[in-house]
Amino acid sequence: MARATTTRRKIITTAAAWAIGFTIFFPILWTILTSFKTEAQAISDPPVFLFFDWTLENYAVVQERSNYMRFLWNSVIIAGGSTVLGVLIAVPAAWSMAFVPSRRTKDILLWMLSTKMLPAVGVLYPIYLICIELGLLDSRIALVVILMLINLPIIVWMLYTYFKEIPGEILEAARMDGASLKEEILYVLTPMAIPGIASTLLLNFILAWNEAFWTLNLTAAKAAPLTAFIASYSSPEGLFYAKLSAASTMAIAPILILGWFSQKQLVRGLTFGAVK
Amino acid sequence: MATKASRSAARMMMAPAVILLLGWMLIPLVLTLFFSFKKFLPLRGDRWENGLEWVGFENYVRFVSSSAFWPSVITTLIIVGGVLVITVCLGILLAMLLDQPMWGQGIVRILVIAPFFVMPTVSALVWKNMFMDANNGLFSHLWRLFGAEPVSWLSEASLPSIILIVSWQWLPFATLILLTAIQSLDSEQLEAAEMDGASPLARFGHIVLPHLSRAVTIVILIQTIFLLSVFAEIFVTTGGAFGSRTLTYLIFQRVLESQNVGLGSAGGVYAIILANIVAIFLMRIVGKNLDT
Repeated sequence: MARATTTRRKIITTAAAWAIGFTIFFPILWTILTSFKTEAQAISDPPVFLFFDWTLENYAVVQERSNYMRFLWNSVIIAGGSTVLGVLIAVPAAWSMAFVPSRRTKDILLWMLSTKMLPAVGVLYPIYLICIELGLLDSRIALVVILMLINLPIIVWMLYTYFKEIPGEILEAARMDGASLKEEILYVLTPMAIPGIASTLLLNFILAWNEAFWTLNLTAAKAAPLTAFIASYSSPEGLFYAKLSAASTMAIAPILILGWFSQKQLVRGLTFGAVK
Repeated sequence: MATKASRSAARMMMAPAVILLLGWMLIPLVLTLFFSFKKFLPLRGDRWENGLEWVGFENYVRFVSSSAFWPSVITTLIIVGGVLVITVCLGILLAMLLDQPMWGQGIVRILVIAPFFVMPTVSALVWKNMFMDANNGLFSHLWRLFGAEPVSWLSEASLPSIILIVSWQWLPFATLILLTAIQSLDSEQLEAAEMDGASPLARFGHIVLPHLSRAVTIVILIQTIFLLSVFAEIFVTTGGAFGSRTLTYLIFQRVLESQNVGLGSAGGVYAIILANIVAIFLMRIVGKNLDT
């Protein structure tokens, strides 16, 4: 009896959850489907869902017409460069805060977090002016540095929480066994820290990839990444839904896949350890 | 057991991050403050190296007394408030649903979280064209199916449309955090309450909701900070037209579109103050958590 109710309940829960999940995911699914349609099918009324002539033409057209690869490359350089640079700077800082904490460690961590709260628009012109003065407007270097600085607090925080979890006793045990400082870092600490560093790289790469304030305001033709490339599709001329969809699918697909691996880090990275 | 040497080494290791962030915070902030007290119109030949005219608090007064100011504040409040209400309420319901036993839980989670990873310009454009367009959008097809006149959503109902787009992006975030919090709830406590005959509503109100209160607070604070600076979603959908100009967008227009840097900087200072009020509450919670 009780068994039957739990099964029935499970069926209802499953159906409801799948329906809601499908609804939330639908805009993405629809974009992916539309990217394989012809422009005429993309706007047909009633809409066609699966039974259309699948075509890869839009992908070819987008690549040819818009120099898509260059925008993709800019995104990779900007997101990848800022993340790697950020981690290189943050690892020593997070390390020392986790293993040699002082009375001020907490204040420094909170202060770093507070820089993340500065609204970008409040400092838009100074940054814009500095970029002009240094000849870095519409350059990838400027965006690498700016996105690195924007995400640095999150990177430090994430690494700090991961390093905190490495038990200090292990270090003492290694020291007792006669490991030198170099061996200690190389053979004991590094292997334990790698998963945390990898998670941090992943989440911050995603955040930098999707950043759309500085990338829109500080780039033009040369350094524009995919965010700006997609924004250039906003003028609604002619039949272009299928091409917009193809471009969008290419811009979000790599991140959707990476994102699925980083669900757990998302909570840790964006709540600063306040929700566990 | 840190020695003196290891402490100074630790300081050295922290120095690059601290110095960089200090510069990132102070230099633009000082410049914004400086410009906000100046008359600075680059298009009319003002150059900062030639010296700028000091105008005292004139920019601050003008920014607040311009006819665009209060509407932009109200728009900001509507968007931030609307998105918060939707994402927190739906997020709690969704988190509770996802916490139940079901088949394919992992896949449903992936489907629900996916919108968070879509770049803002893509989600704004997809919603704008493929769903909300008055001629070819899916909504207009649906409306015609029921014999209704299609609505051009972004011009006739710009705020609800933008709230829908932004909520779609942030619902995964709220759901994920609330789900994490729900999973730490002691299930024995719920079962005991059920045994004692507490109704589902009573169980929700007296056990689940109090347990979630901290997570809800954190979701609200973090989202508020991000939502106050929503930009791309407005930039590619309405461009600030049809009453969708938020405070952030107004400052952007003053600074970059009309190149009135002094006025925009004064607005920027207001935005910084506003964000700091929210930030103080968030920092208190995070700080408390560091001690335990």
